[in-house]
Amino acid sequence: MDQRLTSRAEKKSQQADPPGQISAGKARGTSSVIGLLVKIVALGTIIGLAVMLTPALISTQQWGFLAVIWGVVIVLAVTYASRRFVPAKYLVPGTLLLVLFVVYPILMTFQLSTTNYGDGTRTTKEVTVSRIIGNAAQQVQGARTFELSVGSEGTATSGPYTFLLVDTATNDVFAGTPDGLSELDPGAVPIEGGTITAAEGFTLLDRRQINEFSQQGGDLEGFAVPTDDGVITAQGFSAVELFSPLEYDEAADTITNVETGVEYTPVQSGDRKFFTSADGERLSDQSWGENVGMNNYVRAFTDPRISSDFVGIFIWTLVFAVLSVGTTFALGLFLATVLNDARVRGQRAYRSILLLPYAIPGFIALLVWSSFFNSEFGLINNLLNLDINWLGNPFWAKVAVLMANLWLGFPYMFLVCTGALQAIPSDYKEAASLDGATGWTNFSKITFPLLLVAIAPLLVSAFAFNFNNFNAIFLLTEGGPFSPDNPTAGGTDILISYTYRLAFGGGAQQIGFASAISVILFIITGVLAALQFRATRALEEVG
Amino acid sequence: MTQVNPQAGQVVSPSDLADPAQHAEPFEHPRGRSKVRRGRWFKEVGWRHLVGIIAIIYAIIPILYTLSASLNPVGSVSGSSILPQTISVDNYVALFTDPERPFARWFLNTLIVAVAVVIASIFCSALAAYAFSRFRFKGRRGSLLTLLLIQMFPQFLAAAALFLLFTQIGEVMPAIGLDTLAGYIIVLLGGALGQVWLIKGFFDSIPRELDEAALMDGATHTQLYFKIILPLVTPILAVTGLLSFIGVLGEFILASLFLRDNEIKTPAVGPYGLLDADRTNNRGIFAAAAVLPPIPVILLLPYLQKFIVGGITAGSVKG
Repeated sequence: MDQRLTSRAEKKSQQADPPGQISAGKARGTSSVIGLLVKIVALGTIIGLAVMLTPALISTQQWGFLAVIWGVVIVLAVTYASRRFVPAKYLVPGTLLLVLFVVYPILMTFQLSTTNYGDGTRTTKEVTVSRIIGNAAQQVQGARTFELSVGSEGTATSGPYTFLLVDTATNDVFAGTPDGLSELDPGAVPIEGGTITAAEGFTLLDRRQINEFSQQGGDLEGFAVPTDDGVITAQGFSAVELFSPLEYDEAADTITNVETGVEYTPVQSGDRKFFTSADGERLSDQSWGENVGMNNYVRAFTDPRISSDFVGIFIWTLVFAVLSVGTTFALGLFLATVLNDARVRGQRAYRSILLLPYAIPGFIALLVWSSFFNSEFGLINNLLNLDINWLGNPFWAKVAVLMANLWLGFPYMFLVCTGALQAIPSDYKEAASLDGATGWTNFSKITFPLLLVAIAPLLVSAFAFNFNNFNAIFLLTEGGPFSPDNPTAGGTDILISYTYRLAFGGGAQQIGFASAISVILFIITGVLAALQFRATRALEEVG
Repeated sequence: MTQVNPQAGQVVSPSDLADPAQHAEPFEHPRGRSKVRRGRWFKEVGWRHLVGIIAIIYAIIPILYTLSASLNPVGSVSGSSILPQTISVDNYVALFTDPERPFARWFLNTLIVAVAVVIASIFCSALAAYAFSRFRFKGRRGSLLTLLLIQMFPQFLAAAALFLLFTQIGEVMPAIGLDTLAGYIIVLLGGALGQVWLIKGFFDSIPRELDEAALMDGATHTQLYFKIILPLVTPILAVTGLLSFIGVLGEFILASLFLRDNEIKTPAVGPYGLLDADRTNNRGIFAAAAVLPPIPVILLLPYLQKFIVGGITAGSVKG
């Protein structure tokens, strides 16, 4: 009964709508029982998950995460529980993913670009200071010693970590973090063989893990618990209270060695600061993460070595993108025009085979091509009887990259052009032929302009894709060849491969600086794309 | 101003895409004709075949070469011939039996990732495309253009940020952190709206009267979408599915950052390490590893090619 009533009401409202338009936001929800059940179960699961995660997030003080998770829940609930916002019901799933995993990381990249984050600056200043003080600490007569267990508030591999300590003299139990030491209730933690074997809220690490993470570069390396008199650090599977001659004065931002009386203050060096004495002696090579404002951008444009690299790489990136699109489009269009003739038999077979390079994942094809260019045993030199040092010479390496990219890219252009050619009404050509147009005139005056209008947006996308075509460069040449006097910018480097090397390459990672270049790339890509869209007037055609 | 009649675009509907050769006017085969005729045939049609054959040779030489190298038991530097002198499956056996390189596991991983990403992203894209095609709401035009612009930025440009983000996520929810397939899948789903434009072009070609009739008959929005509209666009869903499958198969950078444990690597990362370790001597095994992943795609290609031709262009022509 009910349902029939609703549907009649809907019919009425439908008639009231302007013809050809489905009005958005009108109350016309799902009325089937199954649909409702699916909705309830899905929403319930999501809310349940959020509730489940909340305590852990509160205890680790991850407020950002908490806000995001509940924000997502509210958006989903509002969209799907109400009968309004019909378009939103269709748009929300993909948009949420886009915002969380594309837009947010882009914003985060921008934020990172204003820091000096990278190797040697991953820790906060607080942690760095406590490490420096801890590293200078020495054991003195009669110092307290502890049996050590290590607990993690997350998983064993992720941290944050806490030292769970049993005083070997008094059997008092403590929890120690870089923030300080706190006494635990002895009844709350089971002790076996002198060490704590479990603690609520912590995952305990086994000895192999403790050993592994205490190695150089591990998360526990330099872990120190400040106490009133000194600092507690691990020594194998026990811990000992050490007394450091260094004292940090937070107000003056200095570290003083109380034995020698030397004061160390933070002094800028490059994009980071080190505690340095008045006569220039560094207390430690450890630095810390800091906001550096626009310094990374200033460096990208003013550091003479980087800015000269940058200009050269930028020009080659443009050349690479233009030529990649140009060559693949030319070959694809040529083949499409030649084969798209009703009298040619076996078009299906031609198309299926010509599509093959498109079906091969790029990374495979590129690695195969990189072996073709081997100067001694490569297919190309052997087959064509050449003796070209393809990947060792900057010019030939550029040619090689373009050749490989042509093979990878022409099937797509062939596809697109074939589709566009088939969409051009044959009357146009017939009319032109009747007027006496020959094949070439027909093509250049009728077919080509029409085709260009249709696929210009795809050419723009292809340009943007190649502008940031990391794979084509990295898998073929890794950006090389490199000249001995400039190991950071190679002969075929485009901006993105150059950035990647800065961020993740073998040397010291400069994530802050790399992020700044990424942001510059975002802007260049966006501006170029917008300009081209303007030129192709694609924006006017959005239906 | 920008209101465009959805029927007016030059959209290629699937039925128009049938092999044009079928519509061709009866074509007289040259055999048995005079030399003049044969010459004319070559001038008008034959040369097209010649070009086509040269193009085919160009397209398949690298593929044949890889296949040959994978079947060449020597597997090293001397394997640079297009046709193998001796054929053996040693490389394939070696590929699957070395416990250091769990290739079967990698292959399975990539299938898991690709299937999950393809299904979820086609689902999201098709939903959004439908909304863009059928509803007129505030910010519609702006959202469509923003989407186009955002797609210009490759996701890995923010690789460092994604890496940090998932390090943090892993601390709270280890199940989707770094070094998990689930985390990697979720990252790739950031591009779930990647196929919206393509699918929207197809939705636009379906008459709206159909929606109206269904709603008149008492169908709900959900029923209309899943039972009536979606089945009509299955071809384009298959095409976009294939395109995003190829995309996932070839995704390399994020995989190399996110999947570092040997167990959860994908072939995109695994064989690269394989080749990188010893470029000259592992070539045969690498070739074998390269031959296998594209096979599902290659098998599907002949069936989907006409939709691919139509689909890509339909999406583009509209926008």
